Amino acid sequence: MHFERARRHTWRKIKSGLASTIAFVSALLVITPLSLVFFHLVVNGAGSVNWDFFTKLPAPVGAAGGGMVNAIVGSLELLALAGAIGIPVGVLGGVYLAEYGSARINSVLRFLADVLNGIPSITWGVVVYGLVVLRFKGFSAYAGGLALSLIMIPLILRTTEEVVLLVPNGYREASLALGVSRWKTIVHIVMKTASKGIITGILLALARVGGETAPLLFTAFGNRFWNHSLSQPIAALPLQIFTYAISPYDDWHRQAWAGALVLVTGVFCVNVIVRILTRGRAASVV
Amino acid sequence: MTVAASILVEEHSARTRMAPASRIGDKAFEWLTLAMALAVVVLVILIGWQLWQGSSLAIKKFGFHFLTTSTWDPVAEQFGALPFIYGTLVSSLIALLIAVPLSIATAAYLTELAPPWIRQPLVSLIEMLAAIPSVILGLWGIFVMVPWLREYPFPLLKRFLGWTPFFTGPMYGPSMLAGGIIIAIMILPIITSVSREILRSVPDLQREAAYALGATRWEATRIAVLSYAKKGLFGAVILGLGRALGETMAVTMVIGNTPQIAASLFKPGYTLASVIANEFTEATTDIYLQALFEIGLVLLGITILVNLLAQLLLHTITTTSATRAVQ
Repeated sequence: MHFERARRHTWRKIKSGLASTIAFVSALLVITPLSLVFFHLVVNGAGSVNWDFFTKLPAPVGAAGGGMVNAIVGSLELLALAGAIGIPVGVLGGVYLAEYGSARINSVLRFLADVLNGIPSITWGVVVYGLVVLRFKGFSAYAGGLALSLIMIPLILRTTEEVVLLVPNGYREASLALGVSRWKTIVHIVMKTASKGIITGILLALARVGGETAPLLFTAFGNRFWNHSLSQPIAALPLQIFTYAISPYDDWHRQAWAGALVLVTGVFCVNVIVRILTRGRAASVV
Repeated sequence: MTVAASILVEEHSARTRMAPASRIGDKAFEWLTLAMALAVVVLVILIGWQLWQGSSLAIKKFGFHFLTTSTWDPVAEQFGALPFIYGTLVSSLIALLIAVPLSIATAAYLTELAPPWIRQPLVSLIEMLAAIPSVILGLWGIFVMVPWLREYPFPLLKRFLGWTPFFTGPMYGPSMLAGGIIIAIMILPIITSVSREILRSVPDLQREAAYALGATRWEATRIAVLSYAKKGLFGAVILGLGRALGETMAVTMVIGNTPQIAASLFKPGYTLASVIANEFTEATTDIYLQALFEIGLVLLGITILVNLLAQLLLHTITTTSATRAVQ
């Protein structure tokens, strides 16, 4: 009797250890693709990331060398356009939810924002194509920027609301008690206190749309040369990577790897900045 | 008396000097932020209206048959979305089969089983995986994953599971299975991080009760934590499904892009999102473009339904676990 219980106990211990091991192996498997992608990016891309890559236009088919300077600048222009629309709308919308909205309105708006966050990014490309490209008869940087901004709005709105709600009520009361009007309290006290979190949200949204390809395919469209007007098609780094990756030329494949390495480095840099900004605070942004 | 009166006058004049301006400012600011918040309502209406508008002719012409026929012939102007719906569902299902056990086991490891010092670095790594753009994973898929799959796992699958209809026929590499695997990699981080939040919201009382009864670590995890959080974990899985259905670039690059319905997972497939990505700029006729808009509408409908379900599940779990924690 006693032996049997001891044996059962050992078996349960073994089972527990086994489960822990399986869970550990699962965790390893989850991060394996990350390390493999990183490894291959460096191995295949590092050789082609050189001065030319950042200063030259793409080389014609068959010619070696060339760079992606137009795509890098194009991506930055698109992000600027997207930010010009997405940041004010998202931040102020988030402020409304945190500061003014009634519980009922808020739950509806929050719900809709979550629904929007779940919509595939390519759908925004289709919508902006119908809205802008068809109407103005041409692909343009404006269309691409708009498509990206529509993805940013619900993202920034939700993160802004979250961090503004974290500002203690005492701050608001103290300011209002001094006779400062409500809107000035919100802008100068509440938003200023939450500014780190708001900026974090904005940076994460920019990093997310900076790597988006699908919504740009038929809005910004891509361009092998410099873009001279925002109403013309414009190159973007993710688009260029896609075009080069599915092409049959080895030179272009090398350029695609180099572009991917640059893009990933940019995205990760933003994530590291965010981590530094949020250090010491338990930030959970899904 | 006079002092009081002068104070009164002063206060009154001060109020008249300051109040109206700030009240106007307050109202203006409130309306401004409200207008911005209403952008989400506008966006929801806009997306539905634009896709409906863009596909109205196709809806009229093909009707319900659009969803049930499988000919996709732009030259003959015959359009049926069935192969794409099939491809989307099958590739997402493969992705879930791979990603769900791995993600939930990882989430359990991160919250319950792992030694504390390993947790934060692992969480950071998983967040980095989530930050990799889809197109880069696709690039890696084309040049690294697909050739490797064709070389090693596919022949093994054929050898041992070749008697089932799922692993037969020639193995070119780009295939439904490759598409499913790449989607699995893309949804691993989201299912893991949402599951982790869910498991963390399980009250400690649950664990303490299990340990007090002499449970081992795994028994406590299984009985007190995982089964308690069942509904929320299901919500996390459905949320992952929503992402899987709409995944575009990486899948487009490895799935083979052939509109067919085949039992073998070695055969190439096509998804709703990839057909839009590939053919949108090639759509030369109006009806072709309309059909692609309708594909977008179908995709929107499916993802919204799935996301609604996920929100519902996650919402109820968080409120009930919160109320239970309070009790």
